[in-house]
Amino acid sequence: MRSYSIFATTAISLLLIATSARAQLEIEIVDGVEGALPVAVVPFDFGGAEIGPETPMHEVIAADLRRSGLFDPMDEADMIDRPTRPAEVSPGTWQLLKVDYVAMGRWIPGADGLSGEIEYHLVAVHSGRTLFSRAIAAGPGVFRLRAHQIADAIYEELTGTPGAFASRIAYVKVTDTGTDDERFELIVADSDGFNPQTVVRHSEPILSPAWAPDGRRLAYVSFATGRSNVVIQDIFTGQREIVADGAGINGAPAFSPDGRMLAMSLSRSGNPEIWVRDLETDRMSKLTEHWSIDTEPAWTRDGRQILFTSDRAGRPQIYRVDRDGRNVTRLTYEGDYNSRVSVDPYTGALAMVHGGQANFRIAVVDRDLERLRVLSPGRMDESPSFAPNGRMVLYAAREGLRGVLSAVSVDGRFRQRLVLSDGDVREPAWSPLAQ
Amino acid sequence: MKFALRLLTVSALALILAACATDTGEVPAEPEPTPRPMEPTEPVEVDRVDPANFADSRNLDNPDSLLSQREIYFAYDRSDVRAEYLPVIEAHAEYLRANSSARMLLEGHADERGSREYNLGLGERRGSSVNDLMRAQGASRGQVEVVSYGEERPVCRQSSESCWERNRRVEIVYTAR
Repeated sequence: MRSYSIFATTAISLLLIATSARAQLEIEIVDGVEGALPVAVVPFDFGGAEIGPETPMHEVIAADLRRSGLFDPMDEADMIDRPTRPAEVSPGTWQLLKVDYVAMGRWIPGADGLSGEIEYHLVAVHSGRTLFSRAIAAGPGVFRLRAHQIADAIYEELTGTPGAFASRIAYVKVTDTGTDDERFELIVADSDGFNPQTVVRHSEPILSPAWAPDGRRLAYVSFATGRSNVVIQDIFTGQREIVADGAGINGAPAFSPDGRMLAMSLSRSGNPEIWVRDLETDRMSKLTEHWSIDTEPAWTRDGRQILFTSDRAGRPQIYRVDRDGRNVTRLTYEGDYNSRVSVDPYTGALAMVHGGQANFRIAVVDRDLERLRVLSPGRMDESPSFAPNGRMVLYAAREGLRGVLSAVSVDGRFRQRLVLSDGDVREPAWSPLAQ
Repeated sequence: MKFALRLLTVSALALILAACATDTGEVPAEPEPTPRPMEPTEPVEVDRVDPANFADSRNLDNPDSLLSQREIYFAYDRSDVRAEYLPVIEAHAEYLRANSSARMLLEGHADERGSREYNLGLGERRGSSVNDLMRAQGASRGQVEVVSYGEERPVCRQSSESCWERNRRVEIVYTAR
């Protein structure tokens, strides 16, 4: 059994300001995929226990699997059999229903009746083999998280890649746009848009949220003082620290893969340059020295180099610099505008804003920089952020006058839209995997 | 006596008001005002401020003066100040020169196209272009500050060129006159 201690704590909901349920993101699948794997997630057996989850766990799991674009979960109404453990699975029935894998589970209450375990299994119909049988501690307040973790286990077993359903997303929501009541909110929600929690709310702009690898700190840019500042905030305790408030721009924070450094774009020396702050010693080092706009740093996976946007050749393009400021190299040549690079934590591929003039789309370039693939339809797409398993890219798009979030598979075949019932959403950042 | 005088004044006023209320169509030719020597404290004096006197704070609110112009617009992804705005910048620089306690904020903005952080840089670069010109015209270092809002504070929200061109701007904001 794995432990998911950091994200498991119920304290999250106590320490953050709860937003109204109405404000949650709803997910619509825009482009589907053919050949998705047929699976069945059977309703989990709670044996009539009173403390069952608000949303049945099998529904959360099935929705997660469907959202990945790789699975086609069967409708519950079509399930003529409801096994709760592998011994109860009759392969003939499921073969007839053209289901390849069956997932099931049950609640085993503990002595106090409040906490207990969820036992869950995955069975391959054709071979009749049990692919796994596991149990995970559960109880009120964590059923939904446990469902995401079980979906992750199924995803990993069947695709070979870790799932990202138990991760979270941060984004900025703007309400009453353009009025005196305009509010900017930094929100953290589950990867399916549920459980939105406001981390900070202000009448002045908030942008560029970036996760620390521990999944508990967020760095972001706040204009609360009327000027841009970089803030690091612990999302569980609410404790915040201003880490850059020098003259000019203090923006574009990015944590190093080990979480000990923060790269930023600061213009205190006259124009925006890439700086790195050591979060333990508070020592600052300047990596670039150029009259151009150098911004949007992103670390390579080994933490030895930083990618960034620079218009030193006239238009914004992606560059790379060593951690010590040496060897500045231009990486992109295709198109007259490439910016805001995001690194796939899994393969090292790069996602970026790609375009020019009046059409900006999200493109992905392989790690060897050989092939650029445009993933999104445009025209005002921005802020790409890889899922921690590298399978999807979350980005911000515009629909009429408001912002929406979209996620597209890295092969471009599957796309979904995360729609907020009120307000305008932007600046998504996908959290790392739960440690 | 005092009361009678007041009554007379009120009646006269009522007559004038009645005349105004019944006035239909044609505006009668205004009689030439009898020229009389004016006191320096007369409010009429405001109208006679020379709009080209860029040292005079009253011109900051005078629509006839270049000092009332507070926006400078830019081309897409550019930060060079177009020649048409140079007289506006010169006027404000002269004001700063003449009023050493005056303080100015140059708010740089960008349109929505491209990424937000890059646009923060672009907004600052626009503010800095204007600042450089102000300084070259004699504004002192401590008088002007540049702040960039990037694309976060648009004045127009449609995705069209007519909107974008209004958003690519530097706004001159006096924090002290």
